[in-house]
Amino acid sequence: MTLRREFWYLFVGGVANGFLYGMVAVGYTLVYGVLRLINFAHSEIFMSGGFAGYFVMKAMIGSSVPSGFATVYLIVIGIVAGGVVGAIVATLLERVAYRPLRRRNAPKLAYLISAIGSSYFLFNLAGKEFGRYSISVPQPYVNHTVFTIFGAPVQLYYIVILIVGVVMFLGLDRVVATTKLGRGIRAVAQDAETASLMGVNIDRTIAMTFIVGGALGGAAGFLFGLGTGVVFTMGFTPALKAFTAAVLGGIGNLRGAMIGGLLLGVVESLSVVFVQAAYIDVVAFGILVAVLLIRPTGLLGERLGRAA
Amino acid sequence: MRTLFHNVSVRRLISALAVMAVVAVMTGPAGSTETPTAGFTGSFAEKSSFFGMFETVRWVPFLFLGLVFFSVWSLWLSRGQQVKDGVAKVFAAPRAAAERRPVRWGIAVLLIVVALILPHIITDPFWQAAMVEQIAVYVLLAVGLNVVVGFAGLLDLGFVAFYAIGAYTTAWVTGALPLPPLFGIHMDPFFAIPIAIVIAMLAGIILGAPTLRLRGDYLAIVTLGFGEIITIFANNLYGITGGSQGTALIPHFSLHVGPIKYLWGLTPVPYYYLTLVFVVLFLAAFSLLEHSRVGRAWTAIREDEVAAESVGINPLKYKVMAFAIGASTAGFAGVVTASQSNNIFPSSFTLSFSINILVLVIFGGMGSIFGVVLGAIIIQTGSMYLLHTPPAGYQPSDLYVYLGALLVMMMIFRPAGLVPSRRRRREIRLSEAGEGHADEVLTGDQP
Repeated sequence: MTLRREFWYLFVGGVANGFLYGMVAVGYTLVYGVLRLINFAHSEIFMSGGFAGYFVMKAMIGSSVPSGFATVYLIVIGIVAGGVVGAIVATLLERVAYRPLRRRNAPKLAYLISAIGSSYFLFNLAGKEFGRYSISVPQPYVNHTVFTIFGAPVQLYYIVILIVGVVMFLGLDRVVATTKLGRGIRAVAQDAETASLMGVNIDRTIAMTFIVGGALGGAAGFLFGLGTGVVFTMGFTPALKAFTAAVLGGIGNLRGAMIGGLLLGVVESLSVVFVQAAYIDVVAFGILVAVLLIRPTGLLGERLGRAA
Repeated sequence: MRTLFHNVSVRRLISALAVMAVVAVMTGPAGSTETPTAGFTGSFAEKSSFFGMFETVRWVPFLFLGLVFFSVWSLWLSRGQQVKDGVAKVFAAPRAAAERRPVRWGIAVLLIVVALILPHIITDPFWQAAMVEQIAVYVLLAVGLNVVVGFAGLLDLGFVAFYAIGAYTTAWVTGALPLPPLFGIHMDPFFAIPIAIVIAMLAGIILGAPTLRLRGDYLAIVTLGFGEIITIFANNLYGITGGSQGTALIPHFSLHVGPIKYLWGLTPVPYYYLTLVFVVLFLAAFSLLEHSRVGRAWTAIREDEVAAESVGINPLKYKVMAFAIGASTAGFAGVVTASQSNNIFPSSFTLSFSINILVLVIFGGMGSIFGVVLGAIIIQTGSMYLLHTPPAGYQPSDLYVYLGALLVMMMIFRPAGLVPSRRRRREIRLSEAGEGHADEVLTGDQP
């Protein structure tokens, strides 16, 4: 494989992956903003969104592959299902694994351990209830090449991810920048104590942050599952990469998470030219370590509590 | 309706029932993608017999347990001062006795004697093998991780990486890898011990020196990634590790000193005694370490890094030291396992393994050596029991559902662990009262 011949082909796939990483990375960044901790269980929010999407698609798609308006309708339904289930799991997580510790003002190490425990609990429970093998999701469309860029085919699946990703990011950006909830999130991220003195309900703001981050993570899980199938361990690797993306862009920085996701997706995809495909995860890990050592504040810098 | 839901007792009742519902699902039958709801409905609707006494639908006993849980919980929270004093008095005498040196030595000697005669009492082959592979080795690993998590307060989620390094080093020096052995000679696993310890320690320093500057939560995720990377390399470097097929024919330990010749074979009991010797040595070393200058430095860093630095302790140096000591213990455990089981596979070095060890440390009590040993024995015996005589509907991989839930429960109800270290308990209490920064993790981000 040479870079020149494969560049656009790999680039298109990398951008699509990048949007998914970005959507998950936003969840890390939002929670980090309000709680100052990495939500280790975010991978399971992603996984639950994938399963929700699978079951909805399985229930709604018969033997014939839908087309036209039905495709759009099914994709919207799948995203809503993934998002709602992701938000529910995130809320439960916040209630059970984080809130009791927050009430007690527990040390940070306790949060990390509690989060790891819930992550293990959730994905193994999914394995127990839904089987431990990978299954492909019924497709709401016939995946085909829509157009080409410099000879590289752009598939319908990529276009779906692109549209959903752009809509979600623009929406989230506006929500955080302009709405009352967004102001609350930014205020808590800047200074929780002062925010509460100014009348921001901290519990509610944190719960809403988990819901927003969970919805995006769950929707990303559905889109990911559509392409690669669902399995109880599906959250682990994408979430690790999404975390890398969040750090790469500057944790706490929403636009940074987005850009970090895209950058990581593309770099990882192009790295196939230089290393064997088996080592692709090593590349992402190397990027994470390099960023943490060279520029721990990320490309755009940590910007907790400012509009994007 | 709203006021009803805000009633404390009602909320407590709902929580108690919810906990029991979760337990019912955890212990219930499994489902599949074809029947995704079968596991959930079966957990409540399936008939099963309890203690062989009466047969009933599952939701009945769990509802009953939920109500019992609610009652006990309510009574405990509303206990009077007299009950509190009574409980304190019951625990005061053993706690004070445990502080005294002769008592501590007595307990230690007693435990060693019990450990020595144990294989003659338990003669079931399953349990004899389990005592070596799943209990003794895990005690060793838990005590090693305790240095990192308990003493230094660093969350290491890639502990398995160093264990794998130890195991592969053994395979390498004994000539079981495709890679030619060190100096071209096939050595006895005994010689692998120092080599594996040094290599695992070096790996710990190489990973730790740059990343231990980072905040604790970043460290957790970097070590997590490192654990995965090691598995990827073990799986794919066919010319060095033998790839996903693993490697076989690692020799057993053998002793040739003058006239004495001894070969540790396939029977578990000799391995049990060998491992026991190692465990006791490590326990003694770490007990000394805990109260040494180094141990005090770890405590100081854990409690307040800035203050520790201001009195001349170099935090990075001591963190790297803890990390390297933990890594070398895991590397050593890798030697024992590799030699005892003769073969190693990349698929056995998973993140789940690291989490398993972490559960032992957290359950027993971070920083408390006795607690960690006890925790490791209890948890590993429990998980082996589940493997040996599985209850209806239990699959071996369900173990991690229980372990994950246990981690969350411990953090909510008893963060200092089963047998807490006194210092640790005090730290957690102070931190919860808003004094001190113990286990802040975010050392680079103090407000």
